[in-house]
Amino acid sequence: MKLILIFISASLINNFVLTYFLGICPFLGVSNKTENALNMGLATTFVMTLTAAVTWPIYTYILVKFNVPFLSYVAFIIAIAALVQFVEMYIRKSSPTIYRAMGIYLPLITTNCAVLGLALFMVLREYNYIESIIFGFATGVGFTIAMLMMSGIREELEFADVPEVFQGVSITLIIAGMMALAFMGFAGLIRG
Amino acid sequence: MVNNNSLWHEFKKGLWQDIPPFRLVLGTCPTLAVTNSVINGIAMGLATLFVLLCANITVSAIRKIVPGQVRIAAYVVLIALYVTVADMFLAAMFPPISKALGPYVPLIVVNCIILARAEGFAQKNPIMPSIMDALGIGIGFTLSLAVMGFIREIFGFGSILDIKIMGNWFEPWIVMILPAGAFFVFGFLVALVNYILRRKTETVCH
Repeated sequence: MKLILIFISASLINNFVLTYFLGICPFLGVSNKTENALNMGLATTFVMTLTAAVTWPIYTYILVKFNVPFLSYVAFIIAIAALVQFVEMYIRKSSPTIYRAMGIYLPLITTNCAVLGLALFMVLREYNYIESIIFGFATGVGFTIAMLMMSGIREELEFADVPEVFQGVSITLIIAGMMALAFMGFAGLIRG
Repeated sequence: MVNNNSLWHEFKKGLWQDIPPFRLVLGTCPTLAVTNSVINGIAMGLATLFVLLCANITVSAIRKIVPGQVRIAAYVVLIALYVTVADMFLAAMFPPISKALGPYVPLIVVNCIILARAEGFAQKNPIMPSIMDALGIGIGFTLSLAVMGFIREIFGFGSILDIKIMGNWFEPWIVMILPAGAFFVFGFLVALVNYILRRKTETVCH
């Protein structure tokens, strides 16, 4: 039951993009076409789930055990960078089709603050191993949902007559604000 | 080689021409997340300024030693070290602010501004211009966060720096302290900066 709550909370109610402002760069940068947004979302979900699976043991069995949790930022960022590199190498060898779709987004994910944020929140909320993996996956799903919605709106926006000074980043941010308001409607789903 | 004029130019460009969140659209996450009050915005800006300054100095100093292929990894590790220092300093000296900023201090590690300045400026330039560049961009970033915080605090709480300035008649706009308000304020400020810059270029052209 708790796992379902974590899933709904991380993907909808506390959506990383719209309530914690994590992963705004790809959210603004790669959301101009639905296809790109979907691929970016899938790649990020994949990396996030793996990140949770890898950083949890590193934190629990290495950093806490040797009493050096202050090294966690350095350890996490190295772990994420190495992980992304391995995933890229593996996909390139095993499946060229997926590599063509996801490949160019993978290096971007290393500097996506949502991935590091995920590791930090996981530690802060003291999830156990299974909960962490569910949390990582749900966060990725939430990111994909936000990306897909934004790209759908932006494709329609190309036909709209936006005032010149608002074009580009500005109107995208205002739309994101409206989406954040809409997502507040999910807040009543879970108590506590 | 480097005269004072060009140093001043490196400093000045971060304050308006390349002001980070509004013109470069870098470092958007902290800009949106921590600016629900002026003091949080300034604290975040100063923490970023510190990390940016240290990172720019170090990257500029070691720019001839680090091999090209591993430079990004080396920079990220350096930045993470300085962020750890900033985080521990805040936690020790200003516990309430450290608590309010929460995980956004460690997230300076992945703030694109710092890596962008290291990669785009410090690794090609000597130490002095790199320092000026870091100071300019850092102060520009701090000012931007303070402006965002100012607007959101005055409408969201009716106060500035926790001092109540609006009378009892003032009904706080709750939306301003919610995530949605951050997106709205940021969006309108970007549009405002666009508008001012456009008018300026038009007067220059004609």
